[in-house]
Amino acid sequence: MNKIKSLDDLRKMKQNLSSDISIREKSNNPEKMVQIRVAMATCGIAAGAREVMNTFLEKIEKDSLPIVVTQGGCMGYCYAEPTVEVKVPGKDPVVFGHVDSKVALEIVDKYIVKGELIDGILPVNYQTIQEKA
Amino acid sequence: MAQIKMHLLVCGGTGCRASESKRLVDELNAQLKANNLDEEVKVIITGCFGFCEKGPIVKVIPDNTFYTKVKPEDAEEIVEEHVLKGRKVTRLLYENPETKEHVSDSKHMGFYQKQVRIALRNCGFIDPENIEEYIVRDGYAALGKVLSMTPAEAIDIVKKSGLRGRGGAGFPTGLKWEIASKNKADQKYVVCNADEGDPGAFMDRSILEGDPNSIVEAMAICGYCIGATKGLIYIRAEYPLAIKRLQVAIGQAREFGLLGPKILGSDFDFDIELRYGAGAFVCGEETALIHSMEGKRGEPTIKPPFPAEAGYLGKPSNVNNVETFANIPAIFLKGWEWFSSIGTEKSKGTKVFALAGKINNVGLIEVPMGTTLREVIFEIGGGIKGGKKFKAVQTGGPSGGCLTEQHLDTPIDYDNLVAAGSMMGSGGMIVMDEDDCMVSVAKFYLDFIVEESCGKCAPCRIGNKRMHETLEKICQGKGTMEDLDYLDNLSKVIKDTALCGLGQTSPNPVLSTMQYFRDEYLAHVVDKKCPAGRCKALRSYVINADKCMGCTLCAKNCPTSAITGDKKVPHVIDQSKCIKCGTCYEKCKFGAIEIR
Repeated sequence: MNKIKSLDDLRKMKQNLSSDISIREKSNNPEKMVQIRVAMATCGIAAGAREVMNTFLEKIEKDSLPIVVTQGGCMGYCYAEPTVEVKVPGKDPVVFGHVDSKVALEIVDKYIVKGELIDGILPVNYQTIQEKA
Repeated sequence: MAQIKMHLLVCGGTGCRASESKRLVDELNAQLKANNLDEEVKVIITGCFGFCEKGPIVKVIPDNTFYTKVKPEDAEEIVEEHVLKGRKVTRLLYENPETKEHVSDSKHMGFYQKQVRIALRNCGFIDPENIEEYIVRDGYAALGKVLSMTPAEAIDIVKKSGLRGRGGAGFPTGLKWEIASKNKADQKYVVCNADEGDPGAFMDRSILEGDPNSIVEAMAICGYCIGATKGLIYIRAEYPLAIKRLQVAIGQAREFGLLGPKILGSDFDFDIELRYGAGAFVCGEETALIHSMEGKRGEPTIKPPFPAEAGYLGKPSNVNNVETFANIPAIFLKGWEWFSSIGTEKSKGTKVFALAGKINNVGLIEVPMGTTLREVIFEIGGGIKGGKKFKAVQTGGPSGGCLTEQHLDTPIDYDNLVAAGSMMGSGGMIVMDEDDCMVSVAKFYLDFIVEESCGKCAPCRIGNKRMHETLEKICQGKGTMEDLDYLDNLSKVIKDTALCGLGQTSPNPVLSTMQYFRDEYLAHVVDKKCPAGRCKALRSYVINADKCMGCTLCAKNCPTSAITGDKKVPHVIDQSKCIKCGTCYEKCKFGAIEIR
């Protein structure tokens, strides 16, 4: 192990290591973050929810976005799996259906970052992140 | 490699470890592997979450799901249901005792909502055996910042923050550092007092177990400020896990160059060693602590000279408590303005309390100074066990006193507690309900004091023994009104004449219970009754003839044949033969035996 020789070294080390713990830092203030909840019941997993979740996680890590990804159970939209619920602070939650890796990136780039609406929004008929909080 | 999508934080504090949290970790890891999830989900052993009542705790990140009383056998369900399918395991969630509803995550638990965590900021959040996690949480950045200032500037920040010693008396920390820094010597020492001795207090242990690096960093900061190159941690040998984690933290800090010569490229050298204590209460007193470290008897000496002038090996030494140190890095990172904005006028920041006794949420909490006892006991602590009535809360350990219902709305700070006849002490809070006898409580604390008195000065050695005998007499129903005056008088003499803090505060439990529960003392002395039914000698067992079925079970089990009566006819206890063992009370199936 190289010794830390200055405050700059320490800061650099902190930067390099921060991804390990960022998931915990984010969970400290979920209400201030964009929250993405991937439905991960059997139907969701069968339809490819795991890859979708990984795509989100990779994208967020790559761009260091302040987004927290959680997984939820079946939301009842088995026909539209994989489904993803997105809650941007200050906005109503939105559910996207038929999400694959391509749509997942679109959700992040367009809906979350730029605030544009995209196709695939489902009507909400269940308890959302907001109501629970 | 797959992305990490989830962290499972498992409490690895002493309490949860005792309930097999280590085996739970192994089981979780095995289940994750069996489901091919071991590359996506990380299990992390953290320090104490504070919610010891319901341990072992597993917290799922990022959704903050808070599982309580998790057994190794539950690992399979957690992994298959929650981790794999996103369904929370409802039966393991915390249940709100009032509404009986399951609480989905820690953000919605009353226990955490009122807390402000500064000293405990990393407990239950990071892996205490991994210095890298501490560094990510801005660890050692405060030290880096301090090394770019002059010691006088840094001490000024501690002074302005208003931080006072968290070990008991509340001496201003900045002032203590300043005095030590002004004394010239070839060698000075920074001493960390980790000899937590109050019954029921475990905040220092939890900090050391959950965030040992914060203490290492704070001691180095203190060393720079006062001009010391050596740090010593005096810790009781009965804290093996805390000792191990400190050793790991010190080892890793040395490896990273955060302890040792020329820290962070400066000219400042600092290193830390551990010193083990045998767990004597008096060694929490700083002069006794220093003598014990020197290999002498753990006996206090008169101050002055204060340790800041002549401490360890006669050199200027600065002794601070663990919790005090734990606040230091946060003060430098966030500024003294931030710290002094929390709390009351004369008590800044937060205080950690260990809740124990007849309270629903036994555990460790941290609240801003100025929070009321009511908020702590009823909102965070969840109220009294079994819906019983609150009677008193004992704060400050054996040196503190009992506070009653009338104090519930008093904001907690150093000065208010002293004004109410108790003290902050290290922050133990033992809650008592209507079933507790306050004379017995006072006797319990004196038991402890008599045991722990070092015996050096007569007021403490003999005076407390006499007080204990008098209380014993009262509990036996042999007390007189003169005994009450005697207790009062003796208390004052001990307070005025004892050598150290231990003796000077030892009569507090007696004085405060006599002040607030005088009627209970009178009941013992005049009526020869214990209102709570605790004092065995004052208890009498009586058979309620209406409820007694004459089953003879009590008579058969009575060791002194004090119970007589024919079959199917109500029995009678001969009080002259009864030794009050309580066997009949336990054996009766009809609840016919009453304690009066």
